[in-house]
Amino acid sequence: MGSGASPAIYWDAASSEPLHPAARAAYLAALDQGYADPRRLHRAGRSARLLLDNARAALAEALEVRPDEVSFTASGTAAVHLGLLGLHRGARGGSIAHTAVEHSAVLHAVDWAGGGTALPVDAQGRVRIAPPPPGTSVLAVQSANHEVGTTQPVPDLAGVAGGVPLFVDACASAGRLPLPEGWAVAAASAHKWGGPAGVGVLLVRKGARWRHPFPVDERIDERVPGFENVPAALAAAAALQAVVAEREEVGARQHALIDRLRSGVSAMPDVDVVGDPTDRLPHLLTFSCLYVDGESLVTELDRLGFGVASGSACTASTLTPSHVLAAMGALTHGNVRVSLTRDTTAAEVDAFLDVLPGVVERLRAEVGH
Amino acid sequence: MIEVDCRGKPCPLPVIALAAAVSDLAVGDVVSVVADDPAAAVDVQAWCRMKAQEYVGADTAEDGTPRYVVRRVS
Repeated sequence: MGSGASPAIYWDAASSEPLHPAARAAYLAALDQGYADPRRLHRAGRSARLLLDNARAALAEALEVRPDEVSFTASGTAAVHLGLLGLHRGARGGSIAHTAVEHSAVLHAVDWAGGGTALPVDAQGRVRIAPPPPGTSVLAVQSANHEVGTTQPVPDLAGVAGGVPLFVDACASAGRLPLPEGWAVAAASAHKWGGPAGVGVLLVRKGARWRHPFPVDERIDERVPGFENVPAALAAAAALQAVVAEREEVGARQHALIDRLRSGVSAMPDVDVVGDPTDRLPHLLTFSCLYVDGESLVTELDRLGFGVASGSACTASTLTPSHVLAAMGALTHGNVRVSLTRDTTAAEVDAFLDVLPGVVERLRAEVGH
Repeated sequence: MIEVDCRGKPCPLPVIALAAAVSDLAVGDVVSVVADDPAAAVDVQAWCRMKAQEYVGADTAEDGTPRYVVRRVS
């Protein structure tokens, strides 16, 4: 964080939520009891196996799925790749259709599978409810957008998909919103709900035509090869249980704080506030300020004690702007994404709204506007 | 038609140059911005929407650089 006496407020939970206290406690206990190979028959192996089974069961309960539908992967990205490509392989022919605003993990998997069809979105970032194009193997649609917060009409799309299976990237919403109905395969990521990094979740509906797209092994989970990270899986499940138990209260509080933030930012001149104001993630707001470069804005806000993200690309290192903002026709420069943590307060929101107009004005003056 | 050369300039400079050029136009006149910054393809249209000006369309300059045409309507 920046120098000086400013408080360090972290508002990038959509990149990674701080570890939940429940996850920390479970993690520490499991590090001592879950180190062994859960396939072995000795005492230490049985202990690790018990913890792994508990983690799977707790996670399944919190996500309202069956335990045998849950696999742990090494990341959300790995779960996306495995889930989407396995469903594509199971379809035996055709190509993937996906919304134009999917996470890059989905887009990279689509490229790897030989390309697909991008479905356009409206100005809010929402895809139209329509049957997928003829010859579609899998329809990939996120539960909610990771950059602008807009939720996608997953159950409605499933209703008109005509038998084409849905892959739902739920990384942005898992834990914060219930999983939408209608997926054949879904993916989530623990560090986005307050679990540790290094735990992705792959969900495969019983009966889904999913075939492994990569090499396998003879361990516990036929869908995911490699040695299981038992302590992290248990910590991820503990965090999810806690987050789901607190969801109603925290979600309502965050939703109201984002409304407050949105209304304050909307009152500023030449600012494009992006994403659906109502049907959205509870904790996230994105806006773009004309005539300002996003990286300068992020650096200046960090100096003042606010850690936020940006989808802008005005520096030499990243020349292509956010494909999400571009697909929506939203202003791509001067972009800021705020994503609140579970303990963000109204006073912090007000402090941000106090400093933001001055920061934007200063940066505009620097470039002579 | 006035042409603003923004070759090699990163965002948000092309849009800043566009705004300055449009403020010097009479209502009904057009200006074009030549910019290789990929963000300009989105941001020129977004600027027109936010500032209630008309985005006429895109073509390319003689050297193949994208060129965006805007009409002042308010």
